[in-house]
Amino acid sequence: MRQFVEGSHAVAEIVKRCRPGVISAYPITPQTHIVEDLASMVANKELNAQFVNVESEHSAASVVLGGEATGVRSYTATSSQGLLLMAEVVFNIAGLRLPLVMTTANRAVSAPINIWNDQQDVMTVRDSGWVLLFAETNQEAVDLHVQAYKLAEDKRVMLPVMVNMDGFILTHGMEVLDMPSQEEVDKFLPPYTTKYKLDVDNPLTMGYLADPDYYLEIRYMVQDTHKQLLDIIPQVAADFKKAFKRGEGNGLVEGYKLEDADQVFVAMGSVCGSIRDVVDDLRAKGKKAGLLKVISYRPFPKDLVAGALAKAKEVAVVDKSISLGAFGPLYTDVMASVSSLGAKMPKMSGFVLGLGGRDITKKSIMDTYERLSGKQVDCEFIGLKKELLVEDKLNG
Amino acid sequence: MVETLFKPGHTACAGCGQAIAARLVIDTAGKNTMIANNTGCLEVFSTKYPESSWGVPWIHSLFENCSAVASGIEAGLKYLGKKDSINVIAQAGDGGTADIGLQAISGMFERGHDVLYVCYDNEAYMNTGIQRSGLTPTLSNTTTSPSGSASIGNPRPKKPMPEIAAAHGIPYVATASTGYPQDIQRKVKKALSIKGPKYLQIHVPCPLGWRHESNLTFDVAKLAVETGLYPLFEYENGKLIPRKIAVIKPVEEYLKVQGRFKHLMKNPEAIKEMQAIADANIAKYNLRPEV
Repeated sequence: MRQFVEGSHAVAEIVKRCRPGVISAYPITPQTHIVEDLASMVANKELNAQFVNVESEHSAASVVLGGEATGVRSYTATSSQGLLLMAEVVFNIAGLRLPLVMTTANRAVSAPINIWNDQQDVMTVRDSGWVLLFAETNQEAVDLHVQAYKLAEDKRVMLPVMVNMDGFILTHGMEVLDMPSQEEVDKFLPPYTTKYKLDVDNPLTMGYLADPDYYLEIRYMVQDTHKQLLDIIPQVAADFKKAFKRGEGNGLVEGYKLEDADQVFVAMGSVCGSIRDVVDDLRAKGKKAGLLKVISYRPFPKDLVAGALAKAKEVAVVDKSISLGAFGPLYTDVMASVSSLGAKMPKMSGFVLGLGGRDITKKSIMDTYERLSGKQVDCEFIGLKKELLVEDKLNG
Repeated sequence: MVETLFKPGHTACAGCGQAIAARLVIDTAGKNTMIANNTGCLEVFSTKYPESSWGVPWIHSLFENCSAVASGIEAGLKYLGKKDSINVIAQAGDGGTADIGLQAISGMFERGHDVLYVCYDNEAYMNTGIQRSGLTPTLSNTTTSPSGSASIGNPRPKKPMPEIAAAHGIPYVATASTGYPQDIQRKVKKALSIKGPKYLQIHVPCPLGWRHESNLTFDVAKLAVETGLYPLFEYENGKLIPRKIAVIKPVEEYLKVQGRFKHLMKNPEAIKEMQAIADANIAKYNLRPEV
């Protein structure tokens, strides 16, 4: 059904249709509208679930860990500092192979405190073993949640999945979108069953101590599952496309005017929408620009990325976060991927934009484009206000 | 062999009071029980992959979150309609309870989950090598509260964890001791008959950390109770029910058998201070037998 709806409300609606039995959350801007809606649905019997209000994100993640351990589909959502406080549990959930789904309303990280959007928060749990998906639009956010549960609970996977959506830009943005019906979701996403759960009739021990004789192999198995996910994600995306008559790319990446592009932007999340506009403007002027959107950041589809960039002359990787002291995280992954191209590797440039909610305008994207023909850069901040970069002379 | 849900073959030290208490707790609770266990000695010595001592569904997540994991298990069981037939136990050591786990336990109490929380109190971080915790007793010598020329050991009293639990208005709070196995069984049974959050704190001697002979575990545990240094009591809906001490003993009898208090033996002032703590406990919890 077509609806004009706020991103957070849309996410709550689709999570309801995924029928989680345990929901736990701690409030943090800009995640709150999602969990408020779910609480209201439970309070009005629109959703049969246990809604557990907790005293911290650490406990929110621990409660849904416990819920999943009983074999019940569970859900939580957070952002920024909340995700950082959860980090210990986030790693633990993946290590326990629990198929949780979480929404992260991406936001900047303190200090200074800043409630606005960038993608720094998720990068702190990049190495946790979770599948990390990024939505460009609210339609995609809705669709990714359904696919997230399908992926997580796939017996070949059994790993948690995080749907990332840019805070405010998507969570508080209104969009016309197609909301799948309960029947459609039920058909695509059957009830969750597992034999790996806490069950008094089959008492399992979960969360062992693994010494050096075992730990390496257990970690390798998570890495191996991520390798398999590079095949499984496109399968699930294709099934979704068949069932719902829409979908983005192959579930891992999506190209826009990429085939003959000389200059290619690589990006994740809502910024891709603005980049499409810039690509159109450039094409209108006869410039062969294109976009490679990364949907699945973990697993990182290195071969697809390298293949998509093989014919490009210049590439601009657009990061909305930074590994301080090094590069943008996406830039690092793209660089590692294109290294396989050898002499055919395009001229690669890395840019950092939009930290802490600084608007990414068409002009700032054009700035990156214009720098592609100049000196090669690996971590260039776009839109810096030079006058703010001097120390306070009054107190000097 | 005695039928038990906590199988032998684990790697606890000889004379470990926690292993004895943990077996008493789970065997009293029975097979329709699920356990969320914090990181600590008990987790380490009972679940080294690929072996486990546990005959019930058991999960370990992290050091501080067993209260929240147990809350989630309880919520999952409620969703499945199975809560009424299954006990949920959260269990941890003293550090995992009174220090790093305090926020999560408070949340679980406040939300009213139907969970029994068991704190195995061996009075320091034994798993990492006898560091001071919030439940380390006054003047105890630990590796991070050592006695020295400018110190006579841990300068602070034990955090009043049972009172902190009781202040949440939960229906049942109790202390127990490895020295009194039937008392543990009775209190576990009673706790599990009550709906809502319950807190049970069991004094469990650690021969390695307390530096006493491993064959003295029961004696040391009993002496802690008989001197008044580890008062046994219940708060049932806030009402205090003491376990009276038949013959009250002087604190030296408890202190002198443990290396962690050895440095006090030539310090009459310190002994006086310890006796004052015991006397205060005896008065506060009404432990003196009625004549």
